[in-house]
Amino acid sequence: MIWIQHDPVIDSGHILLKSLFFYPVLKKQIRKNITGRAMTESTISDILQFMFMGIQRGCIYALAAIGFNMIYNATGIINFAQGEFVVIGGLMMVTLTMTWNLPIPLAFLLTTAFVTLIGIAMERFTINPVKHPTVLRLIIITIAVSIIIKGAAMCFWGKNSHFMRHFSSAETLDFYGATILPQTIWIIGILLFIVAGYIFFFNYTMTGKCMRACAINRDAARLAGINDRKMVMLSFALSAGIGAIAGIIITPIIQMDYARGALLGIKGFGAAVLGGLGNSMGAIIAGVLIGVLEALAAGYISSHYMDAIALIILLLVLFVRPSGLFGSSEAMRLKEF
Amino acid sequence: MKIKDYIGIGILIIVIAAMPDLVGNDYYLGVLIFTAFNCLTCTGLCLLMGYTGQISIGHGAFIAIGAYSSAILTTKLGWSPWTAMGCGVLLAAITAVIVGIPTMRLKGHYLAMATLGFASIVHIVSVAAVDVTGGPSGISGIPRLQIFGFALNSDTRNFYFSWGVVVVGLYLAVNLIHSRVGRGLQAIHGSEDAASSLGVNIAVDKIKILVLSAIYASISGSLYAHYVLYIDPGPFDIMHSVLLVTMVAVGGLHNIWGAITGAVLLSLLPEFLSFLSEYLQGIGIRYQTDYDTLIYGSILLLIMLFLPEGLFEGLSRSLKSISGFRGKLAGRSSERAD
Repeated sequence: MIWIQHDPVIDSGHILLKSLFFYPVLKKQIRKNITGRAMTESTISDILQFMFMGIQRGCIYALAAIGFNMIYNATGIINFAQGEFVVIGGLMMVTLTMTWNLPIPLAFLLTTAFVTLIGIAMERFTINPVKHPTVLRLIIITIAVSIIIKGAAMCFWGKNSHFMRHFSSAETLDFYGATILPQTIWIIGILLFIVAGYIFFFNYTMTGKCMRACAINRDAARLAGINDRKMVMLSFALSAGIGAIAGIIITPIIQMDYARGALLGIKGFGAAVLGGLGNSMGAIIAGVLIGVLEALAAGYISSHYMDAIALIILLLVLFVRPSGLFGSSEAMRLKEF
Repeated sequence: MKIKDYIGIGILIIVIAAMPDLVGNDYYLGVLIFTAFNCLTCTGLCLLMGYTGQISIGHGAFIAIGAYSSAILTTKLGWSPWTAMGCGVLLAAITAVIVGIPTMRLKGHYLAMATLGFASIVHIVSVAAVDVTGGPSGISGIPRLQIFGFALNSDTRNFYFSWGVVVVGLYLAVNLIHSRVGRGLQAIHGSEDAASSLGVNIAVDKIKILVLSAIYASISGSLYAHYVLYIDPGPFDIMHSVLLVTMVAVGGLHNIWGAITGAVLLSLLPEFLSFLSEYLQGIGIRYQTDYDTLIYGSILLLIMLFLPEGLFEGLSRSLKSISGFRGKLAGRSSERAD
């Protein structure tokens, strides 16, 4: 398994860490530059405020994008039901914490397990039985699953949006003139935790290495004795679980309803493509970037067109550079869609 | 055109001619008019998806372009509905070219997502651009269509007119499929490389067929606006685009008659479900219209898993196999008699 040693997918992880570590330094410089140009203190705090808003949404897109990538790497399928995993995660969490009054850590685990099971069921009953898959057929199957999940969510949770209490207090903290919700810190923390887990899983565990081997060359992996069908199931399970976590952590801020899945899904896909499809570290940077751009657009252009920003970015990337910011265009030519 | 298609169109015309008398109820006639709009869009979409093999989850956007062009030009600028409809078609065609040139380079999943993104952008704009589109409250007071002073002011007249347009559209589409161009398109579906090596200009042909299907969608949107006389962004959301794909896929991707079958069946499904709910209420099961989405999804999933060629092909094949089976039985019994 020599190919696992030099994989740009995982190695690009340090780009993210670098950018995170240097963020305070950068910010100081930006502050200096901007104040040098006679900008008021409030503009900076505005920008900072939009950054926070953007980062918290961006983390969700990043998590959705990781979900897309996992299934894409294992199967070459884009799962159009990815957004629905996020929605179900959020709604299930609402029921467990607000109606059943379970403590948040327990509800978190139960919800993630539940959605993971949905992911496994989806793979077992809809993807696995397809004997002669064509791209068109697989796309329509995942669309059908997304319609079913959406319909089920509407039946169980109704059409109104649901409120959920924050993980810790809902009072905002002051940060350089901008306010930040403790929930935002939770979101960033959990994203970092998942990223760390992701890197660990794919680099240091046998199962993770097997999954990567399957992603690189399924036939070769099968010849090396890896059960590729199991890996496909595992990728659906993990992707659903990560989607659920995204839904759980964002629900206190955006109030989940059944119909959000499609848009969350497209934006997550936008992040995945911008970062280079299949490249999860790129997806995280791209997700946060899209979130921030969206928040800035909402602040400085118009909040009505906020949702369009991510979609326009998606289309531009698809049209101009389908391999994304961090993907290589040569590798892209070899991939099948 | 093959003889089968002539027979199909003939039967369709007879059914259409008899329908208003058979139905005799304005509500159901209205439902059938909406069915006609869906049939028209699905005909175009089937040319694109089934015959050329390019998926589009964005046809709701072209319907919206047609509908809004008609509505805005007739109410705000006072144009005649026909000119407005023509402008809508032109606009949809231009949009299709602009979207198509970069999009059609993409394949499979990327194409699906790009068209889905395009549809959501059009929906967002139709909600947000309040000055032009009226925002969520929409545009009302759209005039009716008139054909040489003959106003389409009753449901029966609208029914005949909209289904007439469907028949014309279907005739053109079937003609196209059996022409040289149509065979070229099917070759693209089979293999782009092979088609291109045989002299099919795949890039241009793909754009052309996207433009054609956008024109179908745009006309259906304009007709919708002039029939309902009021439009808002609601019917043009992503879900509608997905529903159109569902219709084509359920009926049968590789056959234009399948697309028509799918469009008719799924457009009538809500009515059927409301019948069913009355029946179920009789035996004590409460059925809500909320379950409709679930049923749409399940039908689509089941068809894709078990009848990937769609209902039309699947049914005609099973009919053939049944008759073949009967033939065998008959053959055996006659052998025994011997």
